[in-house]
Amino acid sequence: MNKVLTANRLTDGIAVWLGANGQWLESIDNALIGRHQEAVDALEEAGKSAFNDNLVVDVDLIDVEEIDGDIFPIRLRERIRAAGPTIRTDLGKQSEFKPATAA
Amino acid sequence: MYRYDEFDHDFVRQRVAQYSDQVERRLSGEIDETAFKPLRLMNGVYLQLHAYMLRVAIPYGTLNSRQMRRLARIARDYDKGYGHFTTRQNIQYNWPKLSDTPAILEELAEVEMHAIQTSGNCIRNVSADHFAGAAADEVADPRPYAEILRQWSSNHPEYSFLPRKFKIAVTGAERDRAAIQVHDIGLHLKRNEAGALGFAVYVGGGQGRTPVIAKKIRDFLPEADLLSYTTAIMRVYNLNGRRDNKYKARIKILVNETGEEEFTRQVEAEWQKLKETELKLPQDDLQAIADYFAPPSLQDRPEGWGLLAAAKKADAGFAAWVHQNVTPHRHPDYGVVTISLKPIGGIPGDANDTQMEVVADLAEKFGHDEIRVSHEQNLVLPHVAFADLEHVYKALLEVELATANAGLVTDIIACPGLDYCALANARSIPVAQEISERFASLERQQEIGELKIKISGCINACGHHHVGHIGILGVEKKGAELYQITLGGSGDENTSIGQIIGRGFEPEKITDAVETIVETYLGLRENADETFLEAYRRVGPAPFKEALYGETSKAA
Ligand code: HEM
Ligand code: SF4
Repeated sequence: MNKVLTANRLTDGIAVWLGANGQWLESIDNALIGRHQEAVDALEEAGKSAFNDNLVVDVDLIDVEEIDGDIFPIRLRERIRAAGPTIRTDLGKQSEFKPATAA
Repeated sequence: MYRYDEFDHDFVRQRVAQYSDQVERRLSGEIDETAFKPLRLMNGVYLQLHAYMLRVAIPYGTLNSRQMRRLARIARDYDKGYGHFTTRQNIQYNWPKLSDTPAILEELAEVEMHAIQTSGNCIRNVSADHFAGAAADEVADPRPYAEILRQWSSNHPEYSFLPRKFKIAVTGAERDRAAIQVHDIGLHLKRNEAGALGFAVYVGGGQGRTPVIAKKIRDFLPEADLLSYTTAIMRVYNLNGRRDNKYKARIKILVNETGEEEFTRQVEAEWQKLKETELKLPQDDLQAIADYFAPPSLQDRPEGWGLLAAAKKADAGFAAWVHQNVTPHRHPDYGVVTISLKPIGGIPGDANDTQMEVVADLAEKFGHDEIRVSHEQNLVLPHVAFADLEHVYKALLEVELATANAGLVTDIIACPGLDYCALANARSIPVAQEISERFASLERQQEIGELKIKISGCINACGHHHVGHIGILGVEKKGAELYQITLGGSGDENTSIGQIIGRGFEPEKITDAVETIVETYLGLRENADETFLEAYRRVGPAPFKEALYGETSKAA
């Protein structure tokens, strides 16, 4: 299963995903997708060092699928993290980046 | 209301200073997450799905208008304009930046508030009857004792590393509105035949993954012995409570494993050693604390009766609200107003900054500056003259706070669930919203009568589902949400734990299932006065099972 690396930013706790440019992004849209074991291992290493550098906390590799070029986490929990609360679509990522993707 | 003395002020200020320093060192990378996490949790800062969460204590659910305005300002300036009132009489903010939390705690300290002991294995915010000091059926105000327990337990070195979290609740009326029998210690304040005040002491109740009803280990404890006896309980727990397994660490497990009789014997033996020590509360001290909670001097306002009758006749909406949301006060010209935070289709317990400001204004103008937070996630104005009810109602109506549903089927408790909570298995709030929409008709709600639905998004049971007349527990099955129903739970003076009724329901089927249960009840109740809970206790689960799953379930 393809994976992306996610975490919460230390300073404000906002959910972030590791991008192709090595930056932590506030939207999952441009997250770097690990499509094979070496890439996944590299993501994991990047996560460890970002944690050790005190950039992020709660680092996690999550399963994703791609639909029409958009990235969707498999688990509902991660879909809600990527979009925001399903009951307040005026808040969270869904209000900043794109229409609701959760549930 | 209790006012901080110099000691309290210093204590809270010192804590804010320490915490500010800890955050600074964390942000500069001087300390790592392993070291920092317990420190932030000690100050009520959690990490949730979308951001940090700050839980602010509202001791025994009592606050004044200045404090409520400050909560509103924090919501506006540091969060996204709202807060969530919880079943533990606290408020949670869902979006604070870690870097802002020291400033928030400083703002709270200015109005004598904090987030200490809202997390961790310590004695948590002591909760109390939200009608305390006002209800007509009250023997005495339980809050002075809650305050004594708060002062005694705050930063108490002996209780900083308990096996697990510890929750105490106090009520001062026969009718238990504080759910004391599902707390680690529940205290029921009452008078003995001689007229002296004391407590019935319940120990070992709790919800979570192992719901247990507390055992009454003493029928009457004189008030002066409150701290010595509580200390005896805490010592037995601290010594013998299990630390090897998080899920077996609560006092309820210890009481069960030791046996009620032996546990009581151990507590009584420990108490004999402590009874005549400095833990005995001198009458002067008791009185000094009680004085802080002296009831406001309420003028007679007999004109309210006529005004109320006329206004009710003129406005059916007002009449319904008074009927449902105003309960008897010990002063016959006054009522206790429940402000529902459960608008039809709304998010249970959420209030925005404008709403908080309006409640603060109303408390100041018409409510002797007192506000309560109830464990049912509503707000309360405890002392409102009948003559002022119409003003209060109209002001509440303007900000969508006048829903006439206290205690009815749409007055639902729901935890944050998977929309916010990192521990959740399923969402709670959308389930509450859909049920609320389904039963939106006030007429239908009134016909159904008292019915408490409580929803949790995982087995931790923050939404009290075990004691819901209808309880709903969200679980994850094969990656999807599924909702398990329990029936017959209750969190009052006749506490019971709900029974699981059968297999769970998919999100799109859970509201239908609830409706089926409600219709079944309406069909079998003896008369309109027989509540859902009474009917369930009379007939048991069978008719509900049959209605939900059909004839075949009879065999199962
Ligand atoms: C960050 C969000 C939260 C976390 C991590 C959390 C965590 C937990 C955990 C782990 C338990 C089970 C404890 C045990 O059995 O030892 C629990 C129980 C409980 N929580 Fe929460 N909770 C959260 C939010 C809330 C909210 C919003 C409320 C109020 C609406 C609440 C009220 C309660 C209550 C009443 C219980 C049951 C008390 C008992 O165990 O006897 N919690 N919580
Ligand atoms: S019951 Fe579970 S999902 Fe709900 S708030 Fe508590 S820990 Fe979170």
